[in-house]
Amino acid sequence: MRVPTLVFSLLALLVPALHAQENYFVTYSHQMEEPGNLELGLKSISARPKGGNTFVGSALEVEYGVKAWWTAELYLDGQHTANESTVFTGYRLESRFRPLQREHWINPVLYVEFENINGADKSLLEIMGHDGNGDLTRRNDRGEKKREVELKLITSSNFKGWNLSENLIAEKNLKNEPWEFGYAVGFGRPLSLKASAKPCTFCRENFSLGAEMYGGLGDRYSFGLHDTSHYFAPVIGLRAPSGMNFKLSPGFGLNGNSNGFSLRAGVTYEFEQIASKLRRH
Amino acid sequence: MSARSIAAMCMLASAILLMAASSDGSWLMRVPEKERLRPNPMTADVEAPLAGAKLFQQHCAACHGANGEGKGKHPDLHSDVVRDARPGELEWLLENGSIRRGMPSWSRLPEEQRWQLVTYLKTLK
Repeated sequence: MRVPTLVFSLLALLVPALHAQENYFVTYSHQMEEPGNLELGLKSISARPKGGNTFVGSALEVEYGVKAWWTAELYLDGQHTANESTVFTGYRLESRFRPLQREHWINPVLYVEFENINGADKSLLEIMGHDGNGDLTRRNDRGEKKREVELKLITSSNFKGWNLSENLIAEKNLKNEPWEFGYAVGFGRPLSLKASAKPCTFCRENFSLGAEMYGGLGDRYSFGLHDTSHYFAPVIGLRAPSGMNFKLSPGFGLNGNSNGFSLRAGVTYEFEQIASKLRRH
Repeated sequence: MSARSIAAMCMLASAILLMAASSDGSWLMRVPEKERLRPNPMTADVEAPLAGAKLFQQHCAACHGANGEGKGKHPDLHSDVVRDARPGELEWLLENGSIRRGMPSWSRLPEEQRWQLVTYLKTLK
């Protein structure tokens, strides 16, 4: 294995998914980035699809809290596939808007994203339409351009320490292709609802456990579960007092069209009030 | 002075008054009565102020200062508004935030931790 490839793979696996507020890898909750905070993260997924080569897909994430009701994000995607290549696969620009000012039983968030990626992208930040195992076994093809708009309706509730989040996703390739649909649902909670009085890293309050399920819902002409793939993935998270967050999630394919097993990992670091700090310097 | 200029000045004055009111605790007006009257279940917990202080350093100090003294546009928490607010009002503010004024919702923290934070806030003089 070449040195850049090795470095990329190690980085991808060791520094995987960053989102100080998010409990999940695919599902979004209504938690927004605190205004003025900048979060850096890396989300990675590794899998060995049946009939294909082992790959590590990664997304470097830069998230900024513009307002308490508006979070903006940039993703830079790349991947390494064994016996093939290590490639940059594109970028995504995203904004999330929280329309309601108060907490409710169900809290909606509107999500808009523009993607400029290519056919080699394997970051798998969501499963859409008729995505399936076949997409993961094709050889890296950077020639296929995908300029897509993605909309999500995020709904999320917090109750007695639990978070329950549901996402409905619609995506359109701007190259005259039909709308595709997908979903993600997740639930989770910290291991302890009370904080301990002493500083600690590995105490129960810093760990969270949960699970998410996500998959495709076909497209405009064939909406439904036929020829789609679905996954179930437990998630464990650790929020270190230093500001680092770690997440790990084994994913299991739920039908014949899904990839059997994948492993997601992630790490994030939050720079608090970065705009004020820069102004002072 | 034209009517348009007068209207613009009135709007500007209203905006300034609104901003002043918000830092002065206008959020208190929005707290439902039922929430306002909720007692702090952590009052008897001797560890709650310490746990609250730890949570404050993790989640609040970046904006409000290490001792809650305020930073830039983020308000000083050693104020009459915080001192006089009922525990239920403070917990409501932590849960809901004041989104349009820049205070995020802390509903992602379990309710128990929000009460621990309230217990700590009440120790600020």
